[in-house]
Amino acid sequence: MTTNSPGAGPMHKTVEAGVTIAIALFGVIVIIGSVKAGINWGAEGPRAGFFPFYIGMAIVVSSAINLWNGLREDNDSLFAEWGQLRQVLSVVVPTAIYVGVMPFTGLYLASMVFIAWFMRWLGKYNWLTVAAVSIGMPVITYLIFERWFLVPLPKGPVEEWLGL
Amino acid sequence: MEELANLFHGFAVALQPFNIMVMLLGIVLGVIIGVLPGLGGANGVAILLPLTFSMSPTSAIIMLSCIYWGALFGGAITSILFNIPGEPWSVATTFDGYPMAQQGKAGEALTAAFTSSFVGALFAVVMITLVAPLVASFALQFGPAEKFAVYFLAFCSFVGLSKEPPFKTVAAMMIGFALAAVGLDSITGQLRLTFGITELLNGFDFLIAVIGLFGIGEILLTMEEGLAFRGGNAKINLRVVIQTWKELPTYWMTSLRSCLIGCWMGITPAGATPASFMSYGIAKRVAKRGNNFGKGEIEGVVAPETAAHAAGTAALLPMLSLGVPGSPTAAVLLGGLLIWGLQPGPMLFVEQKEFVWGLIASMYLGNLVGLIVVLTCVPVFAAILRVPFSIIAPLILVLCAIGAYSVHSSTFDVVMMLVFGVLGYLLKKCNYPLAPLVLAIVLGDKAEEAFRQSLLGSQGSLGVFFSNALVSTIMVLGLIALFWSAIQEGYSRLRAAAA
Repeated sequence: MTTNSPGAGPMHKTVEAGVTIAIALFGVIVIIGSVKAGINWGAEGPRAGFFPFYIGMAIVVSSAINLWNGLREDNDSLFAEWGQLRQVLSVVVPTAIYVGVMPFTGLYLASMVFIAWFMRWLGKYNWLTVAAVSIGMPVITYLIFERWFLVPLPKGPVEEWLGL
Repeated sequence: MEELANLFHGFAVALQPFNIMVMLLGIVLGVIIGVLPGLGGANGVAILLPLTFSMSPTSAIIMLSCIYWGALFGGAITSILFNIPGEPWSVATTFDGYPMAQQGKAGEALTAAFTSSFVGALFAVVMITLVAPLVASFALQFGPAEKFAVYFLAFCSFVGLSKEPPFKTVAAMMIGFALAAVGLDSITGQLRLTFGITELLNGFDFLIAVIGLFGIGEILLTMEEGLAFRGGNAKINLRVVIQTWKELPTYWMTSLRSCLIGCWMGITPAGATPASFMSYGIAKRVAKRGNNFGKGEIEGVVAPETAAHAAGTAALLPMLSLGVPGSPTAAVLLGGLLIWGLQPGPMLFVEQKEFVWGLIASMYLGNLVGLIVVLTCVPVFAAILRVPFSIIAPLILVLCAIGAYSVHSSTFDVVMMLVFGVLGYLLKKCNYPLAPLVLAIVLGDKAEEAFRQSLLGSQGSLGVFFSNALVSTIMVLGLIALFWSAIQEGYSRLRAAAA
């Protein structure tokens, strides 16, 4: 779908081969783990690694076929343009930071900063709108999840200080 | 007519005020989920699953299944008004729905879509009411070999019926099985595939996988495409509705055919998306005005919507009666059953009558309520779509994180969610199907258990899977499904050679 656009970017073929090889490696890990757990019959029947061993084999074999098919295919389209990938990373990186700090700051504070960042930098909203949404959403979340449905969410020092 | 009495009892359960309230809430949330990009039936239900932990199982399943109906309805709104399918199964609805909206006939298209959805769902629910108890009582006789054969059939149908390359389907499915195997082995009590990482002791939860693969992955795809919403106005008034309703019965043949296609594709785990495409394709070939399809033909809206809803509903039949979900969303509902302490499978019909029949009754009511809600509130739901993506996206990401956290109150799960999200983006871009992966995570342990128990009984001989007529039949059906595309190709080659 990106064939007729002028931008540059990684080839679809290359990325797909990479993904296929990564899947095959995952299959190898599964095989190694299964062998460790024991793939033969024990006193109580097939041992723990018996079933996953064949699963791992199936992953490796099907990946080999997929790799062969993928490389043979006559496909010179792009996986995505660099600009598009930058867009994707502009979500992945902040989300990774958001997820990473959550155990320390709690969910609410992290969510506020995350939403505010997203709206301000990617959406270019004025600070009033940013503040309204980024504070409003966690407050509503608190009411719905913790007050009405009694589902506890991770809290950090700020919530403790507020006595929630 | 014991079933009829049970069904009436079910209606009594579903009509309790609290359950009606839960039903309405579920439908509204479901439509919102269906309208928003990045939130779909499966991950929407997964995110909201924790909200039901404090409810009774019956109210919980009513709410979650109504979210599912709502999402099925909601997908049509975005397809027709904005040419953006909110759900994969409503892609085929855009073909004629959006041209109709551009010609100023959005009201007619929406009415046709919602009504067809309702008809399709109703057809499937009636089928479930009649067939599910029979299948369940039949399945009560199943031993481990028959159970494994049913799983085998379900997974083989995926390989044979999906439009992705068969070996990619196999690879995706096997990744799911491998992830399901991580952690404590349920038979020997031994740890496996954890490589000394304590967080992996309990294995991978499929709810986290669903939220990541479908939720986060979808957001990343949307970001890449740089989505902007442009859409027509949604106005539905009573006059348009009644006028459209007068016209719809002329398409009864298309409706009936789409219902049958939908039910068939829903029971075999092909799902709503191929059902909608297949139904659209056949209608286009058969219909009198088939040449006009794609230019705004109302029949082109009726066919895919009926089939998608029939398939989405019929997917609950194997989940209820056999414990084998027919779609990712049905799989999430099945996961819910386990969390509420119910054992999915044929015993449900014996032990949990109130639950099963309450659910079936709520399918009738929920779809009726859904039809009324979407017909009256379309402008409100369409307005949600006008909220810019740079506000919607972070809110959905935060919701996904909350959903992932609250499954086990674990922040490690939130990290896994992001990992699954990136994985989902890459797999989807490389044309790997995600549904079999998720279903394999859900069913992996059960399939393995049935497999090993059968082998234990037979001292390791694979002959146990062909030891009697029943199990052999299911296994052979599975093998046919597995090699279906190869069989088709061989057949057409033979015909070409003969001609």
